Amino acid sequence: MSRGGGRPPNDDQTTMLVRKIPDGSVIDHIAAGKALSVLRLLGNPQENGFTIALVMNVSSSKMKRKDIVKVEGMEVSQEQVQRLALIAPRASVNIVRAYRVVAKRNAVPPRTLRGILSCTAPTCVSVREKDSAPSIFFLSGRSPLKYRCKYCGRELTEKEISSQLG
Amino acid sequence: MSRDAWKGRDVISILDFSRPELESLFAAANEFVGPPRPRKDLADYIVATAFFEPSTRTRLSFTTAALRLGAKVIDLSPDVSSILKGESLHDTTMMLEGYSDLIVMRHPSEGAALLAAELSAVPVVNGGDGSQHHPTQAMLDLFTVKRLKGKIDGLTYTVLGDNRYARSATSFLYGLTKFRPKMVYVVSPETLRPRDEVTKQLKGLGLRFEQRSDLEQVIGSTDVLYLTRIQKERFPDPNEYEKVKGSYKLTKDVLARGKGGMIVLHPLPRSTELPYEVDSSKSAAYMTQAHLGVPLRMALLQKIIGGGRS
Repeated sequence: MSRGGGRPPNDDQTTMLVRKIPDGSVIDHIAAGKALSVLRLLGNPQENGFTIALVMNVSSSKMKRKDIVKVEGMEVSQEQVQRLALIAPRASVNIVRAYRVVAKRNAVPPRTLRGILSCTAPTCVSVREKDSAPSIFFLSGRSPLKYRCKYCGRELTEKEISSQLG
Repeated sequence: MSRDAWKGRDVISILDFSRPELESLFAAANEFVGPPRPRKDLADYIVATAFFEPSTRTRLSFTTAALRLGAKVIDLSPDVSSILKGESLHDTTMMLEGYSDLIVMRHPSEGAALLAAELSAVPVVNGGDGSQHHPTQAMLDLFTVKRLKGKIDGLTYTVLGDNRYARSATSFLYGLTKFRPKMVYVVSPETLRPRDEVTKQLKGLGLRFEQRSDLEQVIGSTDVLYLTRIQKERFPDPNEYEKVKGSYKLTKDVLARGKGGMIVLHPLPRSTELPYEVDSSKSAAYMTQAHLGVPLRMALLQKIIGGGRS
């Protein structure tokens, strides 16, 4: 992994930094700096014995800078991919078996989120009655990502969503 | 669902109702205007009022409307109920559902009526939720315009005051999206302008409106002036309230520059923005507006729970 003030590696050099995985998931096109948030969103698989490879701040033709996460032995589910879209809306997930990519999944933000985000309006009923009223948000924008609270109409920005989940 | 399907319906936001539904409500309300006569339309029904915030007109006009239709009314008083012991809105709603045929609810939290409606098998009527919606006030306001001006379309409206926190103002603006006003001026100090989600909604619904900061620029072309007080109780920071306190006022002098035939509406209660000297003006229509709350809410109750149990 590149360290210090040197130039970050480009796409081709990335493959030199982290070996290919025989089985598991490769999550690419994560916004630079979000790799650890992605791991948290996946439930910190390293704590369950999975081997993780992180490539951070690599240069990208599409995103200028990006992070990559490889999780050996764990296939990211479709539901997890949807959740990934909340903090890495441009992420793509390759499922690898026997060194071959067998499925590609793009992060698509769910239309409805239940109990995942918290409303930022202090007087919203989903905040004041949170024990009996789990939050419900509807997708209101894809780029930038926005979700609207069902109860008070307040919109959460991509930054707010990211900070809540990160 | 037909275009005029009121039976068993929740009333959460005026945006949930079509123009024909509102017009049929106004037509029904017209039948109840005038000297009351004994009625038994809702004799078998119990209406529950649950006001978690203070109220004079909404609570009493709903109660009066229910009583005039022969219904019985039970009232949940938060200061003498288990709410003081911390009972949740969830459990309170479940109790009211079991004890009544319709719940009228006011609550300081945005979305409270919607949550209650999701929980309750009996209809829930939103009597105001935080700074978000006050649908029956907006229905009443439009009904008043219809009665006093003969129409709602083609008029110029000025909504003056606390357009950020006053749910009456927000709901009135939402209500206007169902009609075709000539123009809507939204006049308020900078910090009391409508919230982003409200302006976005109004734009999305195609309402023709402009935001202004000076009433005098627009009063000469206004047919309906809708005024609200600054909602002191909803300011997160008391210092912000102090900055705008007394920042607008409708005086007789200002009123004199108004268009002939202009009416002034106010959901009340008032504060310094509407001095008592205005009461004697021909334009002052807010007491009529408040009184029309009874026939409007009679029509609403009859449409939702009247006509026999289904």
